[in-house]
Amino acid sequence: MAFIEVQGLSKSFPSAGGTRRILRDVSLSIERGEFVSIVGAMGSGKSTLLSLLSGLTQPDEGSVSVGGVLTRGVRSDAAVVFQNYSLLPWFTAFENVRLAVEAACPELSKSEQRARATQTLERVGLGNALNKRPRQLSGGMRQRVAIARAFATRPDVLFLDEPFGALDALTRETLQLELARLCRDDDRVVTTVMITNSVEEAILLSDRIVPMIPGPPLNDARGALSGLERAPAMLGTPIAVDLPRPRSAAQLAHDEQATHARAHVVAALTAALGRKRPNGPLHPDTASPVLRPVAEEPR
Amino acid sequence: MTKRIFNLALPLCGIALAILAWWIASRAVADLPSPVRTWEESKLYILEPLSKRGETDQGILLLAFYSLMRVARGFLLGIAMATPIGFLLGVSPTLTRMFDPIMQVLRPISPLAWLPLGLILFQKSEPAALFAIAVCSMWPTVINTMMGVRAIPQDYWNVAKVLRLSRFTTFTKIIVPATLPYMFTGYRLSLGIAWLVIVASEMLTGTPGVGGFLWQEYNSLVYAHILLAIITIGVVGFLLDRLMGMAEAKLRTV
Repeated sequence: MAFIEVQGLSKSFPSAGGTRRILRDVSLSIERGEFVSIVGAMGSGKSTLLSLLSGLTQPDEGSVSVGGVLTRGVRSDAAVVFQNYSLLPWFTAFENVRLAVEAACPELSKSEQRARATQTLERVGLGNALNKRPRQLSGGMRQRVAIARAFATRPDVLFLDEPFGALDALTRETLQLELARLCRDDDRVVTTVMITNSVEEAILLSDRIVPMIPGPPLNDARGALSGLERAPAMLGTPIAVDLPRPRSAAQLAHDEQATHARAHVVAALTAALGRKRPNGPLHPDTASPVLRPVAEEPR
Repeated sequence: MTKRIFNLALPLCGIALAILAWWIASRAVADLPSPVRTWEESKLYILEPLSKRGETDQGILLLAFYSLMRVARGFLLGIAMATPIGFLLGVSPTLTRMFDPIMQVLRPISPLAWLPLGLILFQKSEPAALFAIAVCSMWPTVINTMMGVRAIPQDYWNVAKVLRLSRFTTFTKIIVPATLPYMFTGYRLSLGIAWLVIVASEMLTGTPGVGGFLWQEYNSLVYAHILLAIITIGVVGFLLDRLMGMAEAKLRTV
């Protein structure tokens, strides 16, 4: 049995006309130490899937188990990084990270907890911003704090929900490489599941890419195609990215296997959209700015 | 520069016009003292604001101080009850549904109505006054705290879940800081109401303070002192609101 076993997940949300099914019968296996990316267009239910995997929400049907243990609520050895940083604005960068360490590692002494928080922030290059509040930091720096908060608890499982989605292209690339470095440097085995809408990002970071395929558009009551309502999403055929690390975006641009992976994922995603080619939601090229609503900043 | 002069000059013009209107009214109504007569009869209280000549015959600052102390106690009692109630209603929709009708009914009751009940409950005027102040002033704090808790973004709840914070830690590190600006808006509104109630309760119980002074001077037919008391009540209320507004603005930036 794989380290993370996802079986037959279904989830619906209440909507205007009854309930809307976002996911149906989603299954997935992830090996220990693997970095898996789930790539899909906006609104395909990726975030819903991640919050089910991380235990933040409970599925209507199906189950998630990690290391043979059924997930109920967020596991103590898991960490989550959100797209909109989700830092507490009344705390400094240091206090945000320390809060996580305090909660996850009560066995450490106060001074050890402080040292751990400082150390982790130094590792993401924020050694001189320890006492800054989130609103004094740029988007990239905030996401570094959020990543430090996740790594500081030394998690076995890392869930990343579009961690670089709200960042500009350049910052995005720097942080991608830093995340890759953090994952590599750690002497422990970390299993990572990342949600993203960038194929390039997935190729740069993952061992395996799973396309998330939106369901076909649903007919509305009058039988006409409605643009908004879609059938529940499904997972496509995964593809392995068997490239040596460290990887760089420049190297991947011309690599044969990367090209193959890119083509596979893009084909899987576009096939589901029928004749219409995606232009807005999907961005195979990280160099182009990602057009998406930027999450509202926390007050 | 000219803008600053205007900012100072225009309010002064407004005050001058109001005094003029007062003067005209005093010509028309025989019993209404003119601004000048009010000043003549009141200046002892203003120029010796801290002197104590008798039980209610005291300098105006001393009288205001008695009232403020009473308000402070009633207000603190009120928010000490209101804040936890607000938090409970904020986190529990069940409790909200249970108590919302009662709250809506209790909220519009005048201090004048609570005071006799306080006198029955506590037998003495002082605790009855505190009771009336607390019960009347607590509602804005209850409602604002409740709204504040409900307005906490889902992101912060997710942080609490992901970090597996205990209930206590979630309360102290997330709920309270997130709600603080709302709570303070509630406190400011509550203090305003407490100050409104103090005058009414002092008038009814005859305790020393600005309101008690006002009522006593009305009974002794010294009408100028009524105007003195009214102006004092207004100025003190204004200053209280300003102070709370400043504290509130400080918290907003967090």
